Amino acid sequence: MSTPYAKLPAWADYGLIPVINLAVAFIVAGFVVLLVGENPFRAAVILVEGAFGKGTGIAFTLFYATTFIFTGLSVAVAAHCGLFNIGTEGQAYIAGLGIAIVCLSFDSTLPWWLTFPMAIVASALVGALWALIPAYLQARRGSHIVITTIMFNFIAASSMVYLLVGLLKPAGSQAPQTRNFLAGAELPKLNWVIELFGAKIRSAPLNVTFLLALLMAFLVWLLIWRTKLGYEMRTYGHSPKAARYAGISETRIIITAMMISGALAGMMALNPVMGDQHNVAIDFVSGAGFVGIAVALMGRLHPVGIVLAAVLFGMLYQGGAELAFEMPAISRDMIVIIQGLVILFAGALEHMFRPYIQAMFASFSPRSVGMEVVKGRGA
Amino acid sequence: MAQAAIELIGINKSFGAVRANRDINLEIARGTIHGIVGENGAGKSTLMSILYGFYQADSGEIRVGGKPASIKTPNDAIALGIGMVHQHFMLVDNFSVLENIILGAESDALLKSSIAKARSELDRLEREYGLEVDPDAIIEELPVGLQQRVEILKALYRGAEILILDEPTGVLTPAEADHLFRILKQLKDQGKTVVLITHKLREIMAITDNVSVMRQGTMVATRETNKTTVGELAELMVGRRVLLRVEKGEVEAGAVKLAVKNLTVKDSRGVTMVDDLSFDLRAGEIVGIAGVAGNGQSELLEAISGIRRAVSGSVMLDGKPIDLTGAADPGELRDRGLAHVPEDRHHVGLVLAFEENENSILGYHDDPRYLKGPFLNVDAIVADAKDKIEKYDIRPGNPRLKTANFSGGNQQKIVLAREMEQDPGVLIVGQPTRGVDVGAIEFIHKRLIAMRDQGKAVLVVSVELDEIRSLSDRILVMFAGRIVGERGPEATEGELGLLMAGVERQEAAL
Repeated sequence: MSTPYAKLPAWADYGLIPVINLAVAFIVAGFVVLLVGENPFRAAVILVEGAFGKGTGIAFTLFYATTFIFTGLSVAVAAHCGLFNIGTEGQAYIAGLGIAIVCLSFDSTLPWWLTFPMAIVASALVGALWALIPAYLQARRGSHIVITTIMFNFIAASSMVYLLVGLLKPAGSQAPQTRNFLAGAELPKLNWVIELFGAKIRSAPLNVTFLLALLMAFLVWLLIWRTKLGYEMRTYGHSPKAARYAGISETRIIITAMMISGALAGMMALNPVMGDQHNVAIDFVSGAGFVGIAVALMGRLHPVGIVLAAVLFGMLYQGGAELAFEMPAISRDMIVIIQGLVILFAGALEHMFRPYIQAMFASFSPRSVGMEVVKGRGA
Repeated sequence: MAQAAIELIGINKSFGAVRANRDINLEIARGTIHGIVGENGAGKSTLMSILYGFYQADSGEIRVGGKPASIKTPNDAIALGIGMVHQHFMLVDNFSVLENIILGAESDALLKSSIAKARSELDRLEREYGLEVDPDAIIEELPVGLQQRVEILKALYRGAEILILDEPTGVLTPAEADHLFRILKQLKDQGKTVVLITHKLREIMAITDNVSVMRQGTMVATRETNKTTVGELAELMVGRRVLLRVEKGEVEAGAVKLAVKNLTVKDSRGVTMVDDLSFDLRAGEIVGIAGVAGNGQSELLEAISGIRRAVSGSVMLDGKPIDLTGAADPGELRDRGLAHVPEDRHHVGLVLAFEENENSILGYHDDPRYLKGPFLNVDAIVADAKDKIEKYDIRPGNPRLKTANFSGGNQQKIVLAREMEQDPGVLIVGQPTRGVDVGAIEFIHKRLIAMRDQGKAVLVVSVELDEIRSLSDRILVMFAGRIVGERGPEATEGELGLLMAGVERQEAAL
């Protein structure tokens, strides 16, 4: 029994559907706000103004977005190879170790533009190696990558706690973190770019890592759709049997994809560590790896979508903080609920409205859904 | 003529702009076997799905037993006495026959009483229709022929008066198919109505009373079976005259290209699927491997093409061995001139989510023609795909279209074009025309014969005996992992059928 295959035009697929999902998420969130006795419209205004209203807000939004671009890309690269990397969180966390080693060793002697490339390599390498072990276990032993990467999140977290309260903590300090980096490991801010447009910024952590994130988004696009390796990854991701038939080594492709994914996750650590806090502290990733899953899903695994989704989540983080500040009835937890709703509608229920939209398109403009190709033209 | 069991009046069904069923009128007389034939995509399955409540017609009326009926779900259909036997069985593999039969029709919250009731009812049905099955057997341990019987029993247990069978013989040996036909005749004698959907015209001629032909969503003709011919039906299906048997000339077979010796292959569960099997394949010949699905043909193909590792034995390609122990790399075998059209094009031969051009390099993506350093040379790939589209008349002719949007026949042509255009010395093909419509079958057969005429060695594995007989210069029959006989193309269907069922095994092994 053949089900008719309908396809939406790209703009509807990548634009309309996410917008509808988002709108529904906000409507439901609006009811939640109503429930706690606040005005949802005012809440929405505060949220958006908090995120984009002032220069500082924009800078914060983009700072958060930087983090989510990395984790979103990380999840997406693995997903294109059919692998669900839940371990982005742990890979980013442990990559902090690589950055710490580079920064603590060189921050007093080298300028930032020499420390930074070394830290990029170190973070990517540590993240990649942390992903290598689950990848190897999946490829050679068949241990499910979801389970192993989750376990590796715990191992990463425990290891980092152990190191941060021991080896990496300066003697005599009470805080579980490394000493603060010197100027040689502090990344330049990008706030002046926003100030060019006339906005004022008090202090915000937006830094050059944002540009690195955009570069990585482009490189990921190149990798997935324009290289032989990306072709092989996509083949394996869609059909492991077809990959076997095409002579693509399962072990090699799983390990390669996971290491790239881990490297991207690792680079995420650069943003908060070198760009903002200037030290490696406990729990500096704080869930960004998991947000990456939502960002990747919402961005339809496409780098452009991921950048946009990352900005959206950056907005929710920044605007949400403002909202919690302005409306006492809306606590931090409420913001998490709203974020959860966005993830629910944009990620998990992504296909809920698709059939209706497809039906609508099919009845208004059949050609746009590629229908004419199916019709009676069999060989 | 007897009263109509089912009348379909003016049925229309569109999916978006595709009109799958256009103004269909059909009357099926009570107590007859009614065949419905048509190419893939002609709308047979859609029509039957409307009748069984999977889809709703956009307009039109269904009458069951003369009364207008509203069938919104399969449960409505069952209540009206309509039963369906699907092409892919809807059985729970690790349940017993009895448990499968009562599934969804349990009469009580506790199973015990349902089972007891079902057992006596089943006993009656089995006696009445000659449908013997052990009610306590586990489904996965039964051969497919018996599994199908369970499906029929399921429908009858639910009180079906009208039985729809969708491509029922695809998985059966000729003997099992014969048995099925006897059962169907018995059902007919008991007053049941049978609707048989198939694309095998021979079956239509053998068993049906009436036959309706569908083409592109319309019902083009209904005939009394004994007043029509296979030729007429084929013509009605395709809309033009069809060569049912491709012409081919004599070619002298040349040197041995592929030598398989004492090959043994096990499946993932450790069951021996290919058992000490040997044969030669020469240049300029088509060797056909006939056999009922599941007798080791798939594993044989996979072992030769390097996808599955072999336990023992050897395969020589152009006199040089293929590494079978470490599971040879299929890519390396391609470089050595062995091309493979796999049985399962949906999951193995193609990536349906890919654009057509991306599939046209699958397996050959290491070829420098398609690359610029580590990057894909997209322009070259698309140009190359366009070229193949023209040569193989693949429609629609758009290399950027998603592969899932092509029909089965065109998808198969994409795979064939890819493998044949690499100019391989040896081509192995699994099920060359499975799920492919009549028009494309003719094209594919001609291409395969052209390969042979160019002096290539071609190995064809197919469960379609007609296809094997029409293509092959030599026919090898596979049963239980062994080759149980070799025959020429003039072998009769009966003779091959017996071999396929393993009947002549001892004699043939001598």
